[in-house]
Amino acid sequence: MSGQNIVEKIIGRHLIKGKAEPGEEAVISVDVLLTHDVCGPPAIGFFKKEFGENAKVFDKEKVVIIPDHYIFTKDEKSARNVDVLREFVKEQGIVHFYDKDSPNYAGVCHVALPEKGHVLPGSVIIGTDSHTCSHGALGTFSMGVGNTTGAYVMGAGHIIINTPESIKFRFDKEFPEYVMGKDVILQVIGDIGTGGADFKNMEFCGEAISRLSLEGRVSTCNMAIEAGGNGIIAPDEKTKEYLLTRTKLSKSELDAKIEYLFSDPDAKYLSEHIYDASKLEPVAAQPHSPGNVDKVRNINAKLDSVYIGSCTGGKKEDFLAAAKILHSAGKEVAIPLYVVPATREVVTFMETQTLDGKSLKTIFEDAGANMDSFYEPSCAACLGGPIDTYGRINDEPSHVRASTTNRNFEKRMGSGNIYLVSPLTAAASALTGKLTDPRGFMR
Amino acid sequence: MAQNTIKGTAYVLGDKINTDYIIPADRLTWDPSIPEERLKIGSYALEGLPDEIKKKQPFITDGERAAIADGTAKAKYNILIGGKGFGCGSSREHAANALGAAGIEIVVAKGYARIFFENCVATGELLPATSREDITDKFETGDNVEVDLDNLKVYNRTKGGEFEIEPLGYILPMVKAGGLFAYARQKGLIGPRPKE
Repeated sequence: MSGQNIVEKIIGRHLIKGKAEPGEEAVISVDVLLTHDVCGPPAIGFFKKEFGENAKVFDKEKVVIIPDHYIFTKDEKSARNVDVLREFVKEQGIVHFYDKDSPNYAGVCHVALPEKGHVLPGSVIIGTDSHTCSHGALGTFSMGVGNTTGAYVMGAGHIIINTPESIKFRFDKEFPEYVMGKDVILQVIGDIGTGGADFKNMEFCGEAISRLSLEGRVSTCNMAIEAGGNGIIAPDEKTKEYLLTRTKLSKSELDAKIEYLFSDPDAKYLSEHIYDASKLEPVAAQPHSPGNVDKVRNINAKLDSVYIGSCTGGKKEDFLAAAKILHSAGKEVAIPLYVVPATREVVTFMETQTLDGKSLKTIFEDAGANMDSFYEPSCAACLGGPIDTYGRINDEPSHVRASTTNRNFEKRMGSGNIYLVSPLTAAASALTGKLTDPRGFMR
Repeated sequence: MAQNTIKGTAYVLGDKINTDYIIPADRLTWDPSIPEERLKIGSYALEGLPDEIKKKQPFITDGERAAIADGTAKAKYNILIGGKGFGCGSSREHAANALGAAGIEIVVAKGYARIFFENCVATGELLPATSREDITDKFETGDNVEVDLDNLKVYNRTKGGEFEIEPLGYILPMVKAGGLFAYARQKGLIGPRPKE
């Protein structure tokens, strides 16, 4: 019998019925069910319809609710949806609720979930959001589902899956400093296409991946879904260090609680892709597909705005990277630069982290960035949203934007033409007003 | 899905029809677990398609929208023909709800993204059938189409031509049961639905 890959092992450890073998149905227990303000209310509605008005969730500590999509809007239905969440939380005694207008408010769910210590290696995380695959960055089996499946998990505590095959992406050597986790995943999507991993897992490994920071890994796994797959990276010392700062558990408690799983050397993969990480360059996905990828230096595009934010590109390191570019250039942006920190913790980081004695927030302000929504961490214009959403491109079909978000489908951000880029490329492009390789701006 | 033959009128799309195209994000404030709001979502099905597609032949015209929203009518089309990667992108189940509420019974596409594919089946809103070859150039919007699920064929009754569809594969038991909850109950994974 050949070895198992990490996903097969996690599925195997959670198996209630069926088989942890590709193509086989498996019923597996779920450690975290994540939902938010857009998909939470329908999931709750279906939960009540199917399990009964008085039904209880499978575990009030394991259903985590993080409103983040339509928060800073005057839209009435959006407010109603948050009220539905509040009512449900109260009725069920849900422990982890990061409510809007409360001191507990966090921001974008996929950045908040690991920040708040909910993501433990080896666990199964199901979310009613396609970018739930982000959490594979910490060695979890994580995937997005619809509201009906979310409702099912909410009541049953398990999910019925078809065990997926895995594709391996190995990155040897080291990524250059101008290549971020975002470039890594865009390169891969460009190579295999937007359907290249449909129904599959994408396992990222190799020396360069182990050198990549946790947040960089989140960016990479986050966009696995743009190739149709779920991402996963085996846990390592960096993951363990991160967990120590994120959970209330000590090292020995963590070691007792977590079984760190790895792919066997003879594990089976559908295919293997091997990269020399040192040869990667900053890339962009051109309108209107995440798979329409080319090197930034090959693209000639005049821009109208730049947007830095979202679970893909609005984390602490994302803003630190962008701030370094702005700070070393020491000049103002040539076009509007919209700044949307993903979470409150990112906001605090930007206020307190300094470069040469200047906070990141001050650096963005001095560069002339639009900071109107700085204290409103949320998904904002990443997915368009209600018409009054900050940063949304309203009825400007010819508008051209570079964005650190994850999708550039036509009308995704309201209207316009979106280039998906790393935060480094976004900052360099804001300074020049055209799509710009960041290398010229790096000290 | 009780019936084994689905007949009707096709609306033809190409590759990579993402869920933002099927139902744009500003429509997601409606809650599809509330029947009236599900119909409202249905009345905006495929509203997010690029303008050049909509200009040629909108799936739902502005004049038809109100009747779909109040449940007194369905869209002119009950069968979608698509290419590769149908339903890619966001996990929004509102996409399956939108198509189902608008009257789409089946999609025949060359391939699907997993979440949309599973949402179609889990909800029982519509059937995601996979064509063996790309058939998007063999059909035009408005053609009469017949899909025979027993014999795995799709026929163009306007222009002629028969094409093969793939066996349903791992989703078949859930399709037969009529959705995720019904399937799980058949398997004894959860208890019976409580009486109201």
